[in-house]
Amino acid sequence: MKTRTIVSLSVLILLGVFLIMSILPLSNVLRPFGDPENSDMDDYIISNAQNDTGANNAVTSVVFDYRGFDTLGEATVLFTAVAGVILILRRYAHE
Amino acid sequence: MNDTSKIIKTISAIMFPFVTIYGLYVIMHGHLTPGGGFQGGAIVASGCALLVVAFGSEAIAKKVKESDLSILESVGALGFISLAFIGIATTFFYNVLAGRSGSLFGTIPPFGSNPGYLNSGGLLPLMNFAVGTKVIAGLFAIVLILAIATRKKGGRT
Amino acid sequence: MIYNIPYIAVMLLILVGLYAVIAKRNIIKIIMGISIIESGVNLFLVALGYREGGLAPIFTNLPEKTQIPGQLVLPVPQALTLTSIVIGVAVLALMLALAVQIYKHYKTLDVRSVRRLKE
Repeated sequence: MKTRTIVSLSVLILLGVFLIMSILPLSNVLRPFGDPENSDMDDYIISNAQNDTGANNAVTSVVFDYRGFDTLGEATVLFTAVAGVILILRRYAHE
Repeated sequence: MNDTSKIIKTISAIMFPFVTIYGLYVIMHGHLTPGGGFQGGAIVASGCALLVVAFGSEAIAKKVKESDLSILESVGALGFISLAFIGIATTFFYNVLAGRSGSLFGTIPPFGSNPGYLNSGGLLPLMNFAVGTKVIAGLFAIVLILAIATRKKGGRT
Repeated sequence: MIYNIPYIAVMLLILVGLYAVIAKRNIIKIIMGISIIESGVNLFLVALGYREGGLAPIFTNLPEKTQIPGQLVLPVPQALTLTSIVIGVAVLALMLALAVQIYKHYKTLDVRSVRRLKE
């Protein structure tokens, strides 16, 4: 085998061992799966979403009302991506 | 033998209105059931991509110019920003229609489990429409431009 | 140990995607590897906000006798994952447009032979 394949596979094996050793003991000892530590903000949002926004869906009220700035940034990223694709492929579209 | 067969063209033309109606339903009921602007816009855009695959990019590019899609996407983005500027007297993204009992989307649902009322939600359904229009036009433009740019001479268009 | 299956799946997805980015030659396969890494990261973000035996945080036709803030899943990680998925789609569209441009200029898709900037 070439040296490139040996080096890449050994790097991946070392990275895999590191990930196994770091995620599994930490996630089971400090905080088991299904029991979040700090949920005060989410408890407030679930309790008061129907009074403040008037919507039954808590996720939509978080996306559009409590955190509307992130949705504005995401709309800007989508707009920039479409503008970039049309700009790159303009000379092959007008044959 | 450079076109798709007649079965594919007929079934795609039949399935396209149903997929569009389902996507618009998901966009409109975004404040009651799981869904919203981005999810419903992706559903309608995948129905439009089905048309591009079945009929070829030349036949679709004759009917839909890319300048129309660009205008539609700009209308969606400007509508979203102007809806955010309505309640500027208090803060930037304030929900002005949520508390009043006589306006368009004004009622507040009772606390806890209830069957959903479409008349609630404040500014949220209008924002869902604006973002849904933007996502439909953007994803359809990306699929159409990539299909036009990879044509081969003498092959499938 | 068996209850951490979402975290094990996240690890496997990131490793498979990283192998595809490092050791493959075709540019389309490298782009697919980047998309697999993004799927793994989104799964990790959603799996952080789970409560044991919880329901979705939607009040339409909720079953009776559920404690309102104590038995529902957290809604904020789901909203952040929605933004992350849309940004992944935008980056994938730009990568594919650049791959089409590379093919039309160099007439090949091998990443080890498109290095004319160094000569």
